[in-house]
Amino acid sequence: MPFFTPGDDPGSNFPELLRRIGMTSHSSVLTPAVPGHELSVPHATTCVAVKFADGVVMAGDRRATSGNLISHRSMEKVVQADRHSAVAIAGAAGPAMEMVKMFQLQLEHYEKVEGNALSLEGKANQLSAMVRGNLPAAMQGMVVVPIFAGFDLRRSAGRLWDFDATGGRYEERDFVSTGSGSLHASTVMKVGYHPELGRDEALQLACRALWEAADADSATGGPDVLRGIYPVVAAIDVDGWERIDDVDLFTRFDSIREEASHR
Amino acid sequence: MSQPFYVAPEQMMKDRADYARKGIARGRALVALRYTEGLVIVAENGSDTLRKVSEIYDRIAFAGVGKYNEFDQLRVAGVRAADLKGFQYSRDDVDARSLANSYAQMLGNIFTHEMKPMEVEILVAEVGLAEEGDQMFHLLYDGTVVDARDYAAIGGDAEAVRERLAATWSAGLGRSAAVHVGLNALSGPDREISAAELEVAELSRSHGRRCFSRIDATELAAILA
Repeated sequence: MPFFTPGDDPGSNFPELLRRIGMTSHSSVLTPAVPGHELSVPHATTCVAVKFADGVVMAGDRRATSGNLISHRSMEKVVQADRHSAVAIAGAAGPAMEMVKMFQLQLEHYEKVEGNALSLEGKANQLSAMVRGNLPAAMQGMVVVPIFAGFDLRRSAGRLWDFDATGGRYEERDFVSTGSGSLHASTVMKVGYHPELGRDEALQLACRALWEAADADSATGGPDVLRGIYPVVAAIDVDGWERIDDVDLFTRFDSIREEASHR
Repeated sequence: MSQPFYVAPEQMMKDRADYARKGIARGRALVALRYTEGLVIVAENGSDTLRKVSEIYDRIAFAGVGKYNEFDQLRVAGVRAADLKGFQYSRDDVDARSLANSYAQMLGNIFTHEMKPMEVEILVAEVGLAEEGDQMFHLLYDGTVVDARDYAAIGGDAEAVRERLAATWSAGLGRSAAVHVGLNALSGPDREISAAELEVAELSRSHGRRCFSRIDATELAAILA
């Protein structure tokens, strides 16, 4: 059982606790990549987040690719971070999943040690530090670029952030997307967004953005009716995270398909 | 060089134990008891911010009486140990028994080696996947571990509280009935404890992954009404 003297106490910081007891898993000594010989690891692709009147919607496709191969069909890139926030990731799948796991743990650890949860801005800041910590790996091509979104209980509003590989943290006003299909996804949202968007419209817009991204980007997976695999779509409002079930998603994507077949 | 007076080891241990017991007896008691969905913990605590009962892990809660700074230090150590173990292995590998053993080691060590023993008594409670898995561990200031199955009481006057629980607790209690049993055991026949003086929390199987939750003032008022 870890016990520290007052001056040496890691406080509510879980990664710092790991360091104090010598349990850090990442080696920071990495050699620069040789062009053309980058490590081939699965990459995760398009994720989007969009605000609506009472919260935010997040969505991400399920495909991970290694070069031109599909390596996973059912990866979950939109993950609940805690009750009122979620993180979506694009980039190298291994480090990204590890980062998400550590992020979830840190939020819960903080909440338990301190007795109350971090503010939403504090959570975004934490994630920023973790992305920055991944910079040596990013130089190797293992870039992780998350989106963070949640419901800010102190301001009673949904908020969203995107990040760059150096840990730069940018709060966005309306919507944000990340990953290889993000250009198409954000164009759809740019056209479809308006400030009075309701929950249902926001869900539909996020689904539409993913659909168009999958339509134009080979690394983004669309709804897989054959295997029954649908994107992860979730809404976060004052009552917390709610994942939209596959039956609902089937109807949403079916209506998009119907509409697309007439154009 | 002056020679320290010889003190018999028995006497030294007895002095330390008396010192710790005196500190604990001053504090107010708390009880934990089983009900159909899990465990409720009812503590007499006038403060709304300095908690006696808190969450350690998905299915594990912590409760302490005595000196606040000392049991809070133990609580944080428990959260750290549990989170580390869950990180290193799996969330399923974190259990109350091994946590209680670690606490026992630590308390025992402090009791014999430090200047002063910790003036605390703590309770580590775990809710199982089914009723058979519910368990509680009661730890004393010197590292003694006592396991309890259905109910436990710690703090000042715990013996009398435990006797009252033995008389009133029965299997198959509902949640609000369990809170009432706990409250009556704490207050006894000739004392009333107001809702503002209570801190109530539960570990419930029906809560999903994180079983711990606090029963807030409005909910408590509804239960006690």
